[in-house]
Amino acid sequence: MKLWRKPFDHNEKAVAPAKVHIDKERCKGCRYCVEFCPRKVLSMSSEIGPKGYNPAMVSDESKCLACGFCEAICPEFAIKLSGNSATAAGTEDAVQTAKK
Amino acid sequence: MIKALTGSFFINGDTACAEGAISAGCLFFAGYPITPATEVAERMALRLPQVGGVYIQMEDEIASMNAVLGASWAGVKAMTATSGPGFSLMMENLGLGVMLETPAVLVNIQRAGPSTGLPTLVGQGDMMQARWGSHGCYEIIALAPSSPQEMFDFTLMAFNLSEKYRVPVLIMSDEVVGHMSEKVIIPPVALEDLVSRKRPKTGPDKYLQYKADADLVPPMAIAGEGYRFHATGLTHDERGYPAMTAEAQDRLVRRLVDKIRFNKKDIINYKEVQVDDADVVVCAYGISARIARMAVQQARQQGIRAGMLQLITVWPFAEERVRTLAAQVKAFIVPEINYGQIVFEVERCAGGKTKTVLLPHMGGSVHKPETILEAIKELAK
Amino acid sequence: MSEGNVAVEATSIEKYLRQDRMPHIWCPGCGIGSVLGCFLRAVDRSQINPDKVAVVSGIGCTGRVAGYVKLDSFHTTHGRAVPFATGLKLANPELKVVVFSGDGDLVAIGGNHLIHAARRNIDMTIICVNNFNYGMTGGQVGPTAPFQARTTTTPYGNFEPPFNLPYLVAASGAPYVARWTVIHLRQLESAIVEALARSGFNFIEVIGPCPPVYGRMNKEPTGMDSLHYYQQKSVIRNGSDPKDAGIDLNGTIVVGKFVDSKRPTLWDSLSQVFAKAKERTRID
Repeated sequence: MKLWRKPFDHNEKAVAPAKVHIDKERCKGCRYCVEFCPRKVLSMSSEIGPKGYNPAMVSDESKCLACGFCEAICPEFAIKLSGNSATAAGTEDAVQTAKK
Repeated sequence: MIKALTGSFFINGDTACAEGAISAGCLFFAGYPITPATEVAERMALRLPQVGGVYIQMEDEIASMNAVLGASWAGVKAMTATSGPGFSLMMENLGLGVMLETPAVLVNIQRAGPSTGLPTLVGQGDMMQARWGSHGCYEIIALAPSSPQEMFDFTLMAFNLSEKYRVPVLIMSDEVVGHMSEKVIIPPVALEDLVSRKRPKTGPDKYLQYKADADLVPPMAIAGEGYRFHATGLTHDERGYPAMTAEAQDRLVRRLVDKIRFNKKDIINYKEVQVDDADVVVCAYGISARIARMAVQQARQQGIRAGMLQLITVWPFAEERVRTLAAQVKAFIVPEINYGQIVFEVERCAGGKTKTVLLPHMGGSVHKPETILEAIKELAK
Repeated sequence: MSEGNVAVEATSIEKYLRQDRMPHIWCPGCGIGSVLGCFLRAVDRSQINPDKVAVVSGIGCTGRVAGYVKLDSFHTTHGRAVPFATGLKLANPELKVVVFSGDGDLVAIGGNHLIHAARRNIDMTIICVNNFNYGMTGGQVGPTAPFQARTTTTPYGNFEPPFNLPYLVAASGAPYVARWTVIHLRQLESAIVEALARSGFNFIEVIGPCPPVYGRMNKEPTGMDSLHYYQQKSVIRNGSDPKDAGIDLNGTIVVGKFVDSKRPTLWDSLSQVFAKAKERTRID
């Protein structure tokens, strides 16, 4: 998104990318993480995993927003994010709402 | 608050069965109305809330059996009651109960079949179904009461057996016993006399869901205690995980069957009337045992050496006793209200050493004592 | 789990998975794993005591969920998860009972039990993964398959109208009915959190792909095609009338929270029964 000026709190509020770990033994090459990453951080590798699938891989870590969608959508529990707890953000609100 | 009854009562078999369950500590009943078992449900509906238990009428017999298994896994003694058509519906999940090794009591107040048959009249045609009704290879325990007093006593026994061996136990009663009213003495039942399932001795990290002890019965964890176990109807290994191999199948099925077979001495029960010097033994169960008793008495009065073997546990079958008696007697007479079911077991165990004669009755009423007496007289010659 | 030589701290939901049974058996592109992930994250966020959670499932692909969760779990017979769960809950009301099963299991063979449990408003959460067919057995038609869908037992197209699940369950009395798809992960997770916090019968339908069979036979040959379909054709309409939630073949999928109400639960009524029984002085 193109901004006409830099927000004043740009440095404090910047989201740090998370480290995306993909377990090649679990990945079945479904491509959901690649497709639905909003910043196109991931892509398919040409390696072959132990079960014969092409696992996904991180191709541009710097663009990651730590939204956690890849971790959530992976049906194989193959993706784990570390280094940033932003994945909790969305659901924290839901818990607070449900508790009311 | 009213608790278990004690004293002397004039009640019918179904009611006595329900009271037996309450005295055994049963706190859950899920059932569906069916003649002639409805009174068991009605009594439980009345009494369970009085003792802090839950009665729920489920939408069908299949749901009833499953709810009973679920309640048992939550740590509560549970029971259901039905008759022929409902018994057939419960078969698949009786198998689930056997496979998961769930203590539970299933009462069948038999009526004449097949199919809708004679809903209000007696039959004993589900005896083989009790043994073989569910698919696959398994062994089950089935008791056959012949009076309201025995309905009370055997229901208590059934709960103890089911908890001890972690297997559903069947009470194969019949419409006459269920609907007859007689004196029933309900003694105070001490907690020490009640058997409860073995609990795990180790904590959750060391516990293996289906690792059996020397008696082939594994200790049972229940839901909500932190054991985080998995129970599946698929063939499983000792961890409880599905194991799709012939080896796992062999190990599991053998243990499920041997669990009952190896403990036969503890499980099998029968009553004998003047059998020691008998020339002819009437082998009977349920209401037929009452009539046989009278026929045997009458025969003895006429100088004939007749005796009766009343099967308390019909399954596992009292093979050894029948084999021993076969060497002694001229004939076995098996009066049953069906066209031959338990007679085949008697014949098998007699092993050709003696005659085995079936006195069938298709159902709708009971044998006449004269019929049995005539047969005794004929075979004692 | 590890990536190369880098050991990764197990995140919060790995502790709820039976590590010795991973990787799971679901097909590449199957959404059940994603739904399970949402469920486990919801359990974690809800701060429910996991020792008190009991997961009951039936037979089918979704039914396999019970085998992968490190919680008290029961893999019961086809269609009978709901009555089994009913027995569990009534015998121990402290248990948090969750039924996790598929459309064929819950709605066809288990249909009767589903509507009665909704009628009773017994406390439990039902997560029904709807992939419009019987996946485990190879893709036969189910009672939720859209009209004209091709399956192995409807080679000329499904000639039966399907159930509108939210409508069915709402009409049976469920006070909480929601539908999401596998792509609506955050909303699904919130819905499960909500359901777990509520009393009563809470039903969540999740539309998911079945690439090797239903998908292949109905213009969704890969899981990606199914997810794109959900992305393009699903419409969020919270509060809409469940009767408008029917799904035509390749048509609009209305998702959202349809019913969110309150009514007395089974335990509320049973408590009154106990009170009356306590006061009774005669046996009969």
